[in-house]
Amino acid sequence: MEKILDVKNLNVDFSTYNGTVHAIRGVDFHLNSGETLAIVGESGSGKSVTVRTVLQLMAKNAKITQGEIRYHDEDLLKKSEKQMDDIRGNKISMIFQDPMTSLDPTMTIGKQVAEPLLIHNKVSKADALKRAEEVLRLVGIPNPKARMKDYPHQFSGGQRQRIVIAIAIVNYPEILIADEPTTALDVTVQAQIIDLLKELQQKIGTSIIFITHDLGVVAGIADRVAVMYAGKLVEYGNVDEIFYDPQHPYTWGLLDSMPTLDTDDQNRLNSIPGTPPNLLNPPKGDAFAPRNAYAMEIDEEEQPPFFKVSKTHYAATWLLHPDAPKVEPPKSIQQRFEKYQQMLGGSVK
Amino acid sequence: MTKYILRRILYLFLTLFIIASITFFLMKMLPGTPFTNQNRLSPEQLAIVKAQYGLDQPVFIQYLRYMGGLFQGNLGTSFQFNNEPVTQLIGQRLAPSMQIGAQAMIVGTVLGILLGAVAAIRKNTWVDTLATFISILGLSIPSFVLAVLLQFYLAYKWQIYPVALWDNFQSSVLPTLALAALPLGNVARFMRTEMVDVMSSDYIELAKSKGNSNWQVVTKHALRNSLIPVVTIIGPMAVSVMTGSMVVENIFSIPGIGEQFVKSITTNDYPTIMGLTIFYSFLLILVILIVDILYGLIDPRIRLGNGGKE
Repeated sequence: MEKILDVKNLNVDFSTYNGTVHAIRGVDFHLNSGETLAIVGESGSGKSVTVRTVLQLMAKNAKITQGEIRYHDEDLLKKSEKQMDDIRGNKISMIFQDPMTSLDPTMTIGKQVAEPLLIHNKVSKADALKRAEEVLRLVGIPNPKARMKDYPHQFSGGQRQRIVIAIAIVNYPEILIADEPTTALDVTVQAQIIDLLKELQQKIGTSIIFITHDLGVVAGIADRVAVMYAGKLVEYGNVDEIFYDPQHPYTWGLLDSMPTLDTDDQNRLNSIPGTPPNLLNPPKGDAFAPRNAYAMEIDEEEQPPFFKVSKTHYAATWLLHPDAPKVEPPKSIQQRFEKYQQMLGGSVK
Repeated sequence: MTKYILRRILYLFLTLFIIASITFFLMKMLPGTPFTNQNRLSPEQLAIVKAQYGLDQPVFIQYLRYMGGLFQGNLGTSFQFNNEPVTQLIGQRLAPSMQIGAQAMIVGTVLGILLGAVAAIRKNTWVDTLATFISILGLSIPSFVLAVLLQFYLAYKWQIYPVALWDNFQSSVLPTLALAALPLGNVARFMRTEMVDVMSSDYIELAKSKGNSNWQVVTKHALRNSLIPVVTIIGPMAVSVMTGSMVVENIFSIPGIGEQFVKSITTNDYPTIMGLTIFYSFLLILVILIVDILYGLIDPRIRLGNGGKE
């Protein structure tokens, strides 16, 4: 599979009144053509900053101190502002989190959807509006022709998110970055939006980076998953590998705090104790160590490198070091391992 | 929409009626009569004059008479200014004040919006500091100080404009500038605050993610949204600027209305006080109505009628 986007050793700092916050501390990931990569992590783990860096839509006080973002053999970080304008909304576009505040309240939605077409293509206004209407139909806005002249406040939250999606896909981008597109929506609407994204991916063949903190959503849409914690990736792999063969204690914690169909009133949902570290002064060792029941002495001393679990699955935990003691993951995780063995067995047959 | 406007116009007259009534009784509580300053009339003569103007009647009867005249569009005649009808008195003096006021509002608003927008876009840079400095100057320098400074440099020293004259457009430039400072400062400060808010909003980020250049983001999305609240302060400000500034009119010898109002109060010129108050109130309420209609045009969320399709 072709790597359409390759992010290498990305480091982003924010200068604040209290000092420099090291928000992203050496993130590597890539996106294959046509796939959906989910980046999961709790609030403040740096997932939004990471993808905003791809489009260079960061806050003014953010600074990329190191790294490379290769898109088709070109480093996006070396592009001028003008060159980035040509890429944004055209080759790479973004779906935002809050549909209630993401649309210009004083512009008709027809114009808002047509805008990226007019910016990036030599089309007439009439053609652009016509095309906008088609795309609005594609994302499931009923009676788009009549509703083109309506304003955002005349739509419900779910419909507005469909409009935000229409804006993002109107130029058939190669990469679609979805920054928690379902977080602000209620659960039934969430499912509809996920289905819509999957359907659109089929139709226009775009690759998706999907940011979320909701593992349930991930299972429904992702091909691969990257787990982020305190400005670093801690584990990445195929969706089955992350869900059924997780290796990092943080991933265990995330999965253990998620209800499944097997959850009954006997097993309580667990939460990960503590809070993420302050990235003004990132810890010397593993940032997760203070919250990690499986932490070893070396976790305080040295940051774990990525250990290979399979060709596609890597985890940054000292537990995978050959010299590390064998530990018992939580019971729910062990059940996942068992299921994984059955699944592997099943696929062999 | 038409129904809404008609209803608002009805309210306009109702409000005017209430204002006229309150003003009438308040005015009657002012000490003295319109004639105390006149060349020492004998008590008999005073009684005759009072009777002539109906001032010997009880206040309530006077009120009914005045309101009766008001409903017929009659504002009475001035006690002081050669028995001129008040409508004529206002009419003549209003034009210069309105012209200077309108010019000052246009200059002040346009420059204020630009200044505020630039300050917001270049937030926390020297441009922002400079713009803030200018707008605070505009707000804090009294118009008469500015008027005298303008007069000294532009008229006396460099002789670009006439010192004090009411003649052609040339002669209106200096008073316009003197009056424009306040709306400029006000609008600039308001605009900056609004635009800083707007520029950090989600839809601006989305606009940027569409591939708009920074300039396009500002002109296509940020300006219009920032203008919405600014429109609300422009209305009342326009009224206060356009109804004349006594000081500036005095400095530039403009036959405006500002001076008239003050004179009419000090001399108890009842019909002129009433006429000017009613006229000012009318203008203010009308402008607020216009602002409300404009507001709807700029901001679709508060547009009336066919909205609310949800």
